Amino acid sequence: MASVELPVLKPGDYGSDQDVRWCPGCGDYSILAQMKKVMATLGWPREKTVFVSGIGCSSRFPYYMNTYGMHSIHGRAPAFATGIKSCRPDLNVFVITGDGDALSIGGNHFMHVVRRNVNLNIILFNNRIYGLTKGQYSPTSELGKVTKSTPMGAIDNPMNPLSLAIGCEATFVARSIDVHIKHLADTLKRAAEHPGVSFVEVYQNCNVFNDGAYKYATDKALKADNIIEIEHGKPLIFGQNREKGIRLNGMQPEVVELGKGITEDDLLFHDETSPQPTLAYLLSRMRYPEFPEPIGVLRCVDAPRYDDLLNEQVAQARAEKGEGDLDKLFNSGDTWTVE
Amino acid sequence: MSTEFESETEQSKTVLQIEEATVRFCGDSGDGMQLAGTQLTNTSALAGNDIATFPDFPAEIRAPRGTLAGVSGFQVHFASTDIYTPGESVDAMVAMNPAALKTNVADLKPGGVLIVNSDAFDKKSLEQAGYATNPLEDESLEGFQLFQVAMTDLTRRAVDGLDLSQKEADRCRNFFAMGLAFWMYGRSLDPTLRFIESKFKKLPAIAEANRRALTAGRNYGETTDAFVSSYRVEKAKLPAGKYRNMTGNQALAWGLMTAAKLSQKDLFLGSYPITPASDILHELSRYKNFGVRTFQAEDEIAAVCSAIGAAYSGHMALTTSSGPGIALKGEAMGLAVMLELPLLIVDVQRGGPSTGLPTKTEQADLLQVMFGRNGECPMPVIAARSPADCFDVGIEAWRIAARFMTPVMILSDGYLANGSEPWRIVNFKELEPIPIKHPEGPVDGKPFLAYERDELLARPWAIPGTPGLMHRVGGLEKADGTGNVSYDPKNHQHMINTRAQKVKNVAKVIGDQEVMGEASGDLLVLSWGGPYGSCRTAVAKLQSQGHKVSHAHLRWLNPFPANLGEILRNFKKVLIPELNMGQLSMLIRNEFMIDTVSLNKVQGKPFHVTEIIEKAKTLLP
Repeated sequence: MASVELPVLKPGDYGSDQDVRWCPGCGDYSILAQMKKVMATLGWPREKTVFVSGIGCSSRFPYYMNTYGMHSIHGRAPAFATGIKSCRPDLNVFVITGDGDALSIGGNHFMHVVRRNVNLNIILFNNRIYGLTKGQYSPTSELGKVTKSTPMGAIDNPMNPLSLAIGCEATFVARSIDVHIKHLADTLKRAAEHPGVSFVEVYQNCNVFNDGAYKYATDKALKADNIIEIEHGKPLIFGQNREKGIRLNGMQPEVVELGKGITEDDLLFHDETSPQPTLAYLLSRMRYPEFPEPIGVLRCVDAPRYDDLLNEQVAQARAEKGEGDLDKLFNSGDTWTVE
Repeated sequence: MSTEFESETEQSKTVLQIEEATVRFCGDSGDGMQLAGTQLTNTSALAGNDIATFPDFPAEIRAPRGTLAGVSGFQVHFASTDIYTPGESVDAMVAMNPAALKTNVADLKPGGVLIVNSDAFDKKSLEQAGYATNPLEDESLEGFQLFQVAMTDLTRRAVDGLDLSQKEADRCRNFFAMGLAFWMYGRSLDPTLRFIESKFKKLPAIAEANRRALTAGRNYGETTDAFVSSYRVEKAKLPAGKYRNMTGNQALAWGLMTAAKLSQKDLFLGSYPITPASDILHELSRYKNFGVRTFQAEDEIAAVCSAIGAAYSGHMALTTSSGPGIALKGEAMGLAVMLELPLLIVDVQRGGPSTGLPTKTEQADLLQVMFGRNGECPMPVIAARSPADCFDVGIEAWRIAARFMTPVMILSDGYLANGSEPWRIVNFKELEPIPIKHPEGPVDGKPFLAYERDELLARPWAIPGTPGLMHRVGGLEKADGTGNVSYDPKNHQHMINTRAQKVKNVAKVIGDQEVMGEASGDLLVLSWGGPYGSCRTAVAKLQSQGHKVSHAHLRWLNPFPANLGEILRNFKKVLIPELNMGQLSMLIRNEFMIDTVSLNKVQGKPFHVTEIIEKAKTLLP
């Protein structure tokens, strides 16, 4: 509900007075710019917004936003945000995190904040590398990835953030790409407006330690064949000339050519509101190079939110028992008097 | 409901007046010994005695029946005088089986009353307890007043006709034992009958069985020829007022809720279950109508982090744990020091290191809470001295945290947490309010400085949602005043100095250290935390014998009271008894260059008064 008296804010109003110190060319700049743009369209008072982050390049983000913010400790931002949101449901709380922060050291908290459906917006900057500690592999780095800590190649199977979030029954799951700015802005806006936990994975380029990790998804010549923009109620179509689609063969997705007897109606239609997470999970499993990778909203469903339930219990207890009276409590049960 | 106790039974046997008694119930974990002890405690408290208790139980929920590892005990000390300890040697012991007898009998006074459930002394149980011969038949128990009571059989007969399984019938044995103990000390059955009624409301057959077992135990004492006399302990001469019985964990929870109301705040607790701290979480979870929000986090780290989030958002924030959990919270506590937010961290200490002795008591986390964080990271530390004192400590800790914008560590321990004593009920209106002001907006159009300081070096607590005060906090070093990130070397030195000075400034408001006894003399016993009672009792005894001994008990471990050094130097010797290997001694020696004498014990048990007296005597002229 936008009030007419609210000042109209511009993206620039969301920038703090601090110098931004990411490496030149870092994908984070784009995400920061889109976030400021989205903020200006939401009609929220700036002072009602809190950005919480962990540790890592991405986690410097709160310093650059002219809102309330907390740069916390590695991997634990979801826990700080849970405390804030539980006490203050009136605040809009964002968690800014990276692939190492959220999925490695913070894996436990990520899993739990998602399954609790705390009304937070979690934006995961995924560059598939540790940037701030200078180039070690991350939980999303591909098998065989050669880094300073894996000279013979990484031997741990990479994690799929979307699959993980969906496995924890996230109520809003989406993916976007740092340089795909309009798509990114739209996705961030939808995430911000979702009641409940929203999780957005943003493919983000680290041009110093992992340059071109997402070239297949960002290169003009390649991206049409390697990413697929999914939309609710629409068939899954992609390709330079929108000539390809995704069809279900039993439980398996397959890439098919349109024409030659295959029409749009044969394709898989996206339903982001499906109560079962099955379809969203299936989409999350489509990985380059076998499949085009989906960007957009994989899942958006409504479910009770932890912070609401907690505060409802407080309200219910007050309604049923009345506001707590300490003197009454102290004097309850067995007591005795010494004259 | 207020209850004035009246002795309800006409006694036909001799009644001996005694000043105090220490009674211990021991049996299998699962035999209901904690319940029996708690009931004797409550009913003794309601009878007007001063009480102190010591529950002692194994870490295993149900160790194999009849084994030495599975023995659970509960000791109650009740008296007509002011007492400070749960007693040492036991006057009367109820042992439910051979294993319980074996592990406990050494604490029974020569000539003490020993009541055993003779039904439990079968071949198998004797073997399990490692008895080569039956102690009821050999002469090993000759020095005690041994009463063999066929409790299993008597209980079964008492509940006969109630359509209970044998297992259900046998589970009532603890009520029989209680009834017998109640007779022996002239206790009213009423409080326990009321307990049965509310506890087993939905199980009328079980309630009736427990009532019958309890009454049967009392009647057995009254009628059997075996017992020729019972005992009476007069009401204690405590300060006038209305009292209730409180454990340390409950008192702490209530103190913290009271602190929240005094500061007109809602309380947020982020916690992860751990023995012996969990009961604080359980207790606070019951009071949502007091505005208490409890969050059972996924781990200790999330627990403290959520509390820091709550503090940032303007709530009274708390996290509760024990030593191993405090270790996990270390990094986040460092952040709280850096953010300069008010936060309470409760450490209910237990035996360590590592998992150690999870159900036993120790005071060995002092150095951990003083120094267990990276960098120069000082934090005020306050320690409770008795179960009821936990109430006041909760309030005082929050007063300091909110005034100074700092996390404060509260130390309790397993002995205080589970032990109980009478608490004089306070009147909320008579407690001093804890004023907290949040800045409401920029003053005179000047930009808001999140790290501008007042005369005690506290920064303002501006909370999200306030227009014009938007600021960012974080773990990176801050520029003085603005709080912006700063790597400037001189600024870092300045901020380290400032945070340390802020904690030192706490000494300006906590008041001077008090001394029990003369202000100078041959020996000062300096204590902190749970040993308060033993030290106080020991020093009082030594003083009554004419020794020039005094007692100082520290509430604040960081900072120390301003006059502490002067007090220490007024005595020829300083003895520091601690349930660790000399941690306070280390701090005192370092701070005051005084050669303290340590009395250390790490056996999972509190000090005996005699241990302190014996040590003190070696230091006296």
